[in-house]
Amino acid sequence: MRRLLSLVPYLREHDGVAMTDAATAFGISVKTLREDLNVLWMCGMPGLTPGDLIDIDMDAVDGEGVIHLSNADYLTRPLRLSADEALALVLALRTLREIAGPGKRNAVDRALKKLEAAAGNVPATDQATVAVTAARDDIQARVNEGLQRGKRLDLTYDVASRAETTRRMVDPLRVFVLEGYGYLEAWCYSAKALRTFRLDRIAAVEVTSVDVARHEVQLKDLSTGWWEALKDAPVVTLELQPWAAWIPEYYPTEAVSPRPGGGLLVSLHVTDPAWLRSLLLRLQGGARVLYPEGAGDSAAEAAQEALDQYAVLLGQPARV
Amino acid sequence: MHVMPPRKTERILNLTICLLVSGRYLPKSRIREAVEGYHNLSDAAFERTFERDKDELRSLGVPIEVGSFDPLFDDEPGYRIRPSEFSLPPIDLDAEEAAVVGVAARVWKHASMAEATRSAISKLRAAGVEPDASQLASLEPSVQASEPGFEVLWNAVLDRARVSFTYRDGTPRTLEPWGLTSYKGRWYVIGRDVDRQASRMFKLSRMTDLPRRSSRAGSYEVPADLDLRSLARALAPRERTETAVLAIRAGKAPALARRGDPAVSDIKLPAGFGVYAVGFTDLHSAAEEITQYAADVVVLEPAELRELVVRGLTAVAESGTAA
Repeated sequence: MRRLLSLVPYLREHDGVAMTDAATAFGISVKTLREDLNVLWMCGMPGLTPGDLIDIDMDAVDGEGVIHLSNADYLTRPLRLSADEALALVLALRTLREIAGPGKRNAVDRALKKLEAAAGNVPATDQATVAVTAARDDIQARVNEGLQRGKRLDLTYDVASRAETTRRMVDPLRVFVLEGYGYLEAWCYSAKALRTFRLDRIAAVEVTSVDVARHEVQLKDLSTGWWEALKDAPVVTLELQPWAAWIPEYYPTEAVSPRPGGGLLVSLHVTDPAWLRSLLLRLQGGARVLYPEGAGDSAAEAAQEALDQYAVLLGQPARV
Repeated sequence: MHVMPPRKTERILNLTICLLVSGRYLPKSRIREAVEGYHNLSDAAFERTFERDKDELRSLGVPIEVGSFDPLFDDEPGYRIRPSEFSLPPIDLDAEEAAVVGVAARVWKHASMAEATRSAISKLRAAGVEPDASQLASLEPSVQASEPGFEVLWNAVLDRARVSFTYRDGTPRTLEPWGLTSYKGRWYVIGRDVDRQASRMFKLSRMTDLPRRSSRAGSYEVPADLDLRSLARALAPRERTETAVLAIRAGKAPALARRGDPAVSDIKLPAGFGVYAVGFTDLHSAAEEITQYAADVVVLEPAELRELVVRGLTAVAESGTAA
């Protein structure tokens, strides 16, 4: 119904449009569009005599595959935006704004302003917000410049799990937002593979004069979140203390079961052992590895090494 | 979005056109004659169908006005749609603006939100805007909403309807939702907690059941001065008020080293360590952050923080052997 009310003014605006183009514009199949046209030409002014009906040249539809619609002068304009449409679109634009960089941000702001004016009686556009953690403006600008001009980037990046800064050459392929963080997806010449870089961990970036090469790679499917990328990684089972029970809210977990006393048993996929090590350390004993055996050893060893170092440096006892 | 049978779609579209072209208020009896889809219905079936069709149109945002169709005989209400209220006002986007709208079309990774965006963009296309995302193909923002309660709460916010749910602490809550905000990819709802008579924020993933509507639409007012963004900012990390003096191994823990200022210490350090003064919001979160770096970061001051870190390291060292 919503679609039909937009379809009529669209077809008036685009007289002679190809069936395939119209279907693409509305995100529907040609078959669905044909069904819509069948409904439309049964509609019209009260009375519904042939002169009252919306006129569609069905010979042209079935012959050349183009649409000519007439006799619908009362539907020259689409219905105004409903509150949910306006808010969904505004939120989408605000999310884009966070990674648009200084260059395109201006265009986003102008579009937002015009849309909010056109939405008119919808006071709701401030009723939802999305925060995105992205890069500083200067970094964002250079990343986007590399993307748009197709130039290789010289990237200085903090690898969180290894707690190290690295420098590498990458061919930028895409900037995306997933679950509240902005990322650069790029071909990494150090790893010789597709890599994803969190924008807020890019410490510095320079646009080089080298053109990006062609890479046969499959970019990440954003509709499945991080889960799809993780699902083939080994599973680790942790026993969480009650104060570490926030883990399943922040990381995709396979299985969660409560333990007496408020703790949890969780299973999660771990692609990088260094990530698990840093999680276990960060939780300060709030998580214990149950399976696989030994997966927590490197965290325990690192903790012991740190304690020994405190003992040497400060004459502290190794254990409190 | 649900699919209507073609006959019903036909009837509702004819009703829309009928009310749109009449120019004056039409009584129900006239509408029944004018719209073919009402012809073969009994009186009761017509009443029912007409009411449902009106609701359906209103839910799409079609402004149906009710008034007196004739000043002399005002015993029967009439209906009309004013074209000026119905139509999207003129909107003129330049190529760059249309391109960003084109990108917005693919942002939502939630079925009904994606549908709402698509529908909005169809209207813009029908109004002559040509969104073309191809020149910004390498930008792909996305918004997820995997929490089961999202859709109920989104609609409740738009309709101003109360919702009831159970929160993780086991308490039942009744909320007048004002708005939704996403932070670090998680959705939160902000509103007035009816039982506690205070504004509250709830994390959707901590609701243990599906929120249910518990009032009609339009049953409360959202505060006119509601500033969702500043309320949402309350979620963001607080200001750094604590300072710690840390020794950091060269090239390690870059996130800490970069936000710190060079500092000095009397303690003799092994080669390769630099000393930094680093700000934190509070000692406990500082201890968690520092513990993950194990031997690459040494807390020099304050002693209280060092104790928290050493205690944390001890727990981790023991967890490895006790299993």
